[in-house]
Amino acid sequence: MTFAFAFLAVLMVASAGVAMLLRNLIHSALLLVLSWAGVAAFYLWAGAQFVAFAQLLVYVGAISMVVLFAVLLTRRSAGSVADVEPATFARAAAGLLAAGLVGGVLGATMLRSHFPTATGEAPKISVHDIGVDLMGPQVAALLVVGVILTVSLIGAVVIAATDPAATDKEDKP
Amino acid sequence: MTAPAPLTDSFLERVPLLVRDFITGWFPEPIRWVVAGLLAALTILLVFATIFALLTLLERKIIARVQNRPGPNRTGLPWLPFTEGRVFGLGQPLADGIKALTKEDIVPRDADQVLHFLAPVVLVAFSLMTFAVIPFGRNLVSVDLDAAVLFFFAAGAGTELAVFMAGWSSHNKYSLLAAMRALAQLISYELPLLLSVVPVVMLAGKLSTTGIVAAQAGWKFGFIPRWFVLSPWGAAGFVIFFIAALAESNRSPFDLPEAESELIAGHLTEYSGFKYALFFMAEYFGMMALSGLGVTLFLGGWQAPLPVLEVIPSYLWFGAKLMLLILLFMWIRATLPRLRMDQLTRLAWKFLVPLALINLGNAAFWHLSAAWPGLPLQAVRYAIGVAVIVIPFFLIGRRLSAGVAPRTYRYAP
Amino acid sequence: MSMLNACLLLSSALFCLGLAAALVRSNAILVLLGIELMLNAANLNFIAFWRFGPDAGHSAGVMFVLFSIAVAAAEAAVGLALVIAISRHQRSIRLQEATRLKG
Repeated sequence: MTFAFAFLAVLMVASAGVAMLLRNLIHSALLLVLSWAGVAAFYLWAGAQFVAFAQLLVYVGAISMVVLFAVLLTRRSAGSVADVEPATFARAAAGLLAAGLVGGVLGATMLRSHFPTATGEAPKISVHDIGVDLMGPQVAALLVVGVILTVSLIGAVVIAATDPAATDKEDKP
Repeated sequence: MTAPAPLTDSFLERVPLLVRDFITGWFPEPIRWVVAGLLAALTILLVFATIFALLTLLERKIIARVQNRPGPNRTGLPWLPFTEGRVFGLGQPLADGIKALTKEDIVPRDADQVLHFLAPVVLVAFSLMTFAVIPFGRNLVSVDLDAAVLFFFAAGAGTELAVFMAGWSSHNKYSLLAAMRALAQLISYELPLLLSVVPVVMLAGKLSTTGIVAAQAGWKFGFIPRWFVLSPWGAAGFVIFFIAALAESNRSPFDLPEAESELIAGHLTEYSGFKYALFFMAEYFGMMALSGLGVTLFLGGWQAPLPVLEVIPSYLWFGAKLMLLILLFMWIRATLPRLRMDQLTRLAWKFLVPLALINLGNAAFWHLSAAWPGLPLQAVRYAIGVAVIVIPFFLIGRRLSAGVAPRTYRYAP
Repeated sequence: MSMLNACLLLSSALFCLGLAAALVRSNAILVLLGIELMLNAANLNFIAFWRFGPDAGHSAGVMFVLFSIAVAAAEAAVGLALVIAISRHQRSIRLQEATRLKG
């Protein structure tokens, strides 16, 4: 139990950390996908089966595809397939400092505070329970999420779509 | 998984479970479930690898027959008696396997070495994982998950990633083009595939594959099975599912990602030897897994088509239905020419997705009208169900093919 | 240290990695990926409390994560469409160069 958790934690943090350091954009993206899969494995370990598979389906199946597609569509030269220029030193230092500060505050709080924990059986939630919940108490939220997804899909298409006349002009050197 | 076989079944029905219990009996109680899991994985691997080997030969034979030539017929099994060393080319899979194993494994100098190696591994691993939730027979399912259908698609999502890895890591423009095509195709067809599955989940009220099979049990009038494919929405859903499955497994007429006449071999261009064989194997595994899911969701899973035929064990019925679907895959490959990229995406977004959405409403109607009394009203219900899906089919089809003249065969009779 | 604390530590580590990525990297796609990682870290907390918290088993935790995943998908779609639009307009996806609206 604890061993599995430790393994998953190391997997998640290591893959995310290495992804942040690499210069190759595709490698970074794939390692982050591995990290997201680790999060799904954590959900499975915690007993939330449905959420774990939803996480896999959405992050590994959909978002990673969109990301990779964006990488391929935005690369400019064939030579440097996906290398990213490093940030300036000052910027990197400031960013790392801010992240480190937040991390320090969060970590110190977690280590020092004591949370009441439930003792007893691991909670179980079946697909049926989730369905009843979604269609009963949470139905308003479900509708809102549906509207958000539709609007964002249409918005994404509008933003990314090309105006043929405009691209013709732009593409001329 | 470790439940003992119920004694009400016939002996043949219980044989796989009895063998499992016999083998797990050698081990102490605490690790029995591990052994049972390993045994299930090993069985799936062996059975489907064997079927894969035989299918490669069968496919070549069938396509050859369609094209009016004999196909592979020379490679025999020389140690078999009375055959003069030639049995329908049955040795061909063996020879192919040895060839793939002994060929030089070439990795291009500029390739991304790690990803180039990982791509086939990831692909085979994920396509094998999908078999875990398919019930091959009564009580024959490796993992009986509560959210099995979701697991199937979640595991299938990994294969798309592997195709991309293969295309990108090869550092070859054809491979990269193929990867982009593959991504566009797989994303587009994921949608109708999922939308055609949703009505099944809705009417069965379950995401577990065993539960969906159980929901199709029983007989109407004592002899018509209650399979979903026999209702109007189920038939339409099955056709949409099958077309989307063809595209998802990169089979002809949707084999654009590896169109050998345009892109050499697409994302497989830079692969050779055993890695190429792994890709080939994964394609067949994907095809078999999707067919298995289709059988489970629409064709009643492992259930017999007639009450009399229930003496034949359930896993044989599952195998027969699976083979039927795979033969359909092969027949279509031999018959239809490849689509163009724009035709491919148009078919998915403008035709299959709207039809699948309409079918969802159709299934809801079917569910709500289940209690209509009397045979005449039931006939009306059936007619409405057919009309709701057939009329949009013709309307949308007309609009999409407007302006396209019928094909003329000028040089062929 | 209880299991809950360990889970929370893990999620804060992931959150900080995501934050560092969003602040330090200059590639728009990587910044978006960092934000996604932060979202994931937050989701992890919900499941941790659902599993180990004082009110374990209450379905609100699972529901929240499901909705959060759906919204994250929408966010990724819009974000990457923006990245593609930016790259088309200024031939680069470095965020420092996206300064056309600066007065």
